Amino acid sequence: MTPAPAWVVRHGKLINEIRECWSSLQLGAVKTRACLFGSRLALHSIEFRAGRIAAPDLQQRIKERLRTLVMAGVSEVKNGRREMSMLRMKSPTMRILAQTILLLFWSALAGWASEANGPSSHGTNIFAPESTPAKSIADLSVFVLAITGIIFVVVFTLILYALVKFRARATDGGREPAQVYGSTQIELAWTIIPILIVVVLFLATARVIHAVQDAPEPAGAVQVTAIGHQYWWEFRYPRLGIVTANELHIPVSDPGHPTPTFLQLLSADTDHSFWVPELAGKTDLIPNHPNRMWMDPQRTGIFLGQCAQYCGVQHAKMLLHVSVDGPEDFAAWVRAQQKPAVEDAGAIAGRRVFERNACMNCHRVDGTSADGHFGPDLTHLMSRATIAAGAAENTHDNLRLWIQDPSAIKPGSLMPAMKLSDPDLDAVVSYMETLN
Amino acid sequence: MASDAITVPVGQIEARPWVDELHQWLTTVDHKRLGILYMFSALLFLVIGGVEALIIRIQLMHSHNNFVSPEVFNRMFTMHGTTMIFFVAMPVLFGFANYLIPLMIGARDMAFPRLNAFSFWLSFLGGLLLYFSFLGGSGLYGAGNAPDVGWWAYAPLGARAFSPGHSSDYWTLSLLVSGFGSIGTAINIIATVLCMRCPGMKLSRMPLLAWLNLVMGGMVLIAITPLSAAQIMLLIDRYLGGHFFDTQAGGSAVLWMHFFWIFGHPEVYILVIPAFAFLSEIIPVFSRKPIFGYPVMVAATVAIGLVSTSVWAHHMFTIGMNSYANSFFAITTMAVGVPTGIKIFNWIGTMWGGKIQFKVPMLFCIGFLFQFLIAGLTGIIQSCVPFDWQLSLSYFVVAHFHYVIVGGILFAIFGAFYYWYPKMSGRMLSERLGKWHFWLFLIGFHLTFDVMHIPGLLGMPRRIYTYEPGRGWDTLNFIITIGAFIQAIAILVFVANLIISYFKGARAGNDPWDAWTLEWSISSPPPAYNFATVPTVASRRPLWDLKHPKDPDSRYE
Repeated sequence: MTPAPAWVVRHGKLINEIRECWSSLQLGAVKTRACLFGSRLALHSIEFRAGRIAAPDLQQRIKERLRTLVMAGVSEVKNGRREMSMLRMKSPTMRILAQTILLLFWSALAGWASEANGPSSHGTNIFAPESTPAKSIADLSVFVLAITGIIFVVVFTLILYALVKFRARATDGGREPAQVYGSTQIELAWTIIPILIVVVLFLATARVIHAVQDAPEPAGAVQVTAIGHQYWWEFRYPRLGIVTANELHIPVSDPGHPTPTFLQLLSADTDHSFWVPELAGKTDLIPNHPNRMWMDPQRTGIFLGQCAQYCGVQHAKMLLHVSVDGPEDFAAWVRAQQKPAVEDAGAIAGRRVFERNACMNCHRVDGTSADGHFGPDLTHLMSRATIAAGAAENTHDNLRLWIQDPSAIKPGSLMPAMKLSDPDLDAVVSYMETLN
Repeated sequence: MASDAITVPVGQIEARPWVDELHQWLTTVDHKRLGILYMFSALLFLVIGGVEALIIRIQLMHSHNNFVSPEVFNRMFTMHGTTMIFFVAMPVLFGFANYLIPLMIGARDMAFPRLNAFSFWLSFLGGLLLYFSFLGGSGLYGAGNAPDVGWWAYAPLGARAFSPGHSSDYWTLSLLVSGFGSIGTAINIIATVLCMRCPGMKLSRMPLLAWLNLVMGGMVLIAITPLSAAQIMLLIDRYLGGHFFDTQAGGSAVLWMHFFWIFGHPEVYILVIPAFAFLSEIIPVFSRKPIFGYPVMVAATVAIGLVSTSVWAHHMFTIGMNSYANSFFAITTMAVGVPTGIKIFNWIGTMWGGKIQFKVPMLFCIGFLFQFLIAGLTGIIQSCVPFDWQLSLSYFVVAHFHYVIVGGILFAIFGAFYYWYPKMSGRMLSERLGKWHFWLFLIGFHLTFDVMHIPGLLGMPRRIYTYEPGRGWDTLNFIITIGAFIQAIAILVFVANLIISYFKGARAGNDPWDAWTLEWSISSPPPAYNFATVPTVASRRPLWDLKHPKDPDSRYE
């Protein structure tokens, strides 16, 4: 039942290409999408536009290019439809409707999402699942959207028909229409049919609830404890002895040899919610109320997400970054993280500043006397691509600015500005830069 | 009938100075004046809440925008939500209930006129308290200002550790105070409907508006009570060393969620049932037919009322309830769809075979039908728990409940304004301005809230003051913001219409719509005593009987 997103990816690329052509014509992205929807119609419009804008020879070239692109687009969409006919629906009418709705949905989303996807990182599209929980949700959602889509079309048509057919006309004269007070049979019908639909929806829903929520934890699973803090994530790997922050590393899971990751979700302060849309639905992190969730990503890469439950001033910049690594990469990452902090004699001055100031009250650097727990563990800070829970890239300048004045990057962050002198500041930054 | 008025000796009618007039309004216990006061305060707060919405929308117009600080943004969405629910939607609906119920059931006032006045002023005081926080409060980060804990103030964010100062206390107190006002009004509505009906008006002959408000009153009693209890518990936590919701001392954050949503979900139906009531009065008149399936409409409303008290935890599918609890709340939530569906079908049945007149009140009701259909279906979508694990707390939810509250309830309220304004003021609202209002608002609404579903599907959480570029959210948010401004313009047209028509509108006469319920039998605006002679009714449509003496309804009921 899984509609393979491969064609969607192709589709997205295609849209990008078309968009480039469009931008050479100085037209907006919205129109590009519109043109793929009504491909044939759009072709005419493209020809029309190209005819108005470019010089004759350029015009011709653009027209040819766009024509091939759009025709390719049409065949892509057709392929997509074929792939989707794998939908396990018995009734042909249902299937066609489901396909149509799906088609519109996927193409719209692929269009919008293609704005987002870089080469290696994934977007946050719930219809581009890469892990079992997210996939079973996407499958259920297709089914639910199909059913509600049918209801929508039927009722919408009924209302529209009534409005047009029974509108008051000038030729009516002043007579009142026949006064009808009700009909038991009809009313019974529109009570029973919805009840049947509800039963079907409920059974489909309950099946997925059970499958996702009550999945047993296999022996080879990776265990991670995720702790929500005002406004950052702490990740602990109890079996591996690793503590890190904000960037979660998990192994890719081969369907033949599943290595899912099971997260225990805790909170150190207010409520948070762990949401990486392409890997799983969200689950809240609530103090005094441990939760559990799991995922088994089947593709490597970086998956994005963020805190979804309002947790305070900087809720918006509590971003999530999940790196799904191949088995070797993950093992290498684990080995690196298990080491204590690098001791670099060149950075001793910075380390002194760090340990003399309040830095060490909140941050931990393994192997040193810094053992605070209120802020992120910094033992392997330089192995992370971002700082401040994804609010800024981990570069020299950002690091310096962050230590100098956290509120410049993240106003409302709980890290205080330490008001270090410039030499001290530079020393601490160089110390940080040795922690890889 | 009651159309004859009591004659007042000429000497008693004289122009009063405005202070005297103001005094009359402030001390009134007349249900009509209180109704208008409710609506007036609601419109005032609607404009304030609308400005807050625009600030939110400007900030989200593109990624990494710096129009307001995160602190201000958090206050804005907290105040916007609280204002719109407690100080716009509820008061305006209470206002209509107050104004219309006695007129529709042939009574001279509500059952408890002074309780009525007391309840209104409590609600209004609640609103003032909330806004006083801008002067007297201080929030999450300590500096003085409005509450910023979100409109549901999840524990432990509302605890003193995370919300020092007094801003969230203003939120607590204002909800507590206005909650008492709501309870007073609910008691009054129930007592009025049950005890004050004119001779002949059996429960089975009552206009649907009265029936639906009766159910609404019952639900207010059920829903507001736990909210008030929770607010008191929160105050105990904050000031008397209690630990109900104090997670650092073993309290439960989840307990607060349950308390809040066992209020919060019935609240949605408290708002939407009076909206259903407007449709059930307006659609028949402009289709020129009686409501289709009156008994089923009543039964469906009661069913919605009952079932809606057992669906609250569908707001909490992401908090880690076990699979049985999740399944239970999924089925109850889906079940609400059945009686709601019946209502939509019965309205279609009412229009079917009628002669539909597309006057402005009807236009708004038609808008309601289409939009509430979509809102209901996205609601069903979210009752599918696993799907909701993705959609919950995202912009999809924000789009969904604005579809219910704006696309549904607010459209019905606008319809009600256009329909009953002539009765209240004696003047017709301008049809031309009304159509401008309708079409502008419709376009703005769809630009904003249709598009808003998509960023939710693309992973955009709600309540974020800014977002990262490159996630495909920028264009969408820009369109949403444009739509918000179009809606704001439409609201200005509406307010202009209210004011201009008050002075220059066409005279309405007693019965401008050729309608069938009792309020149209008396002058516009009605005299203080409503009915000179208390009417006697023989059917659900007393004025139909009067206008068609040879073919009265009473023969068929």
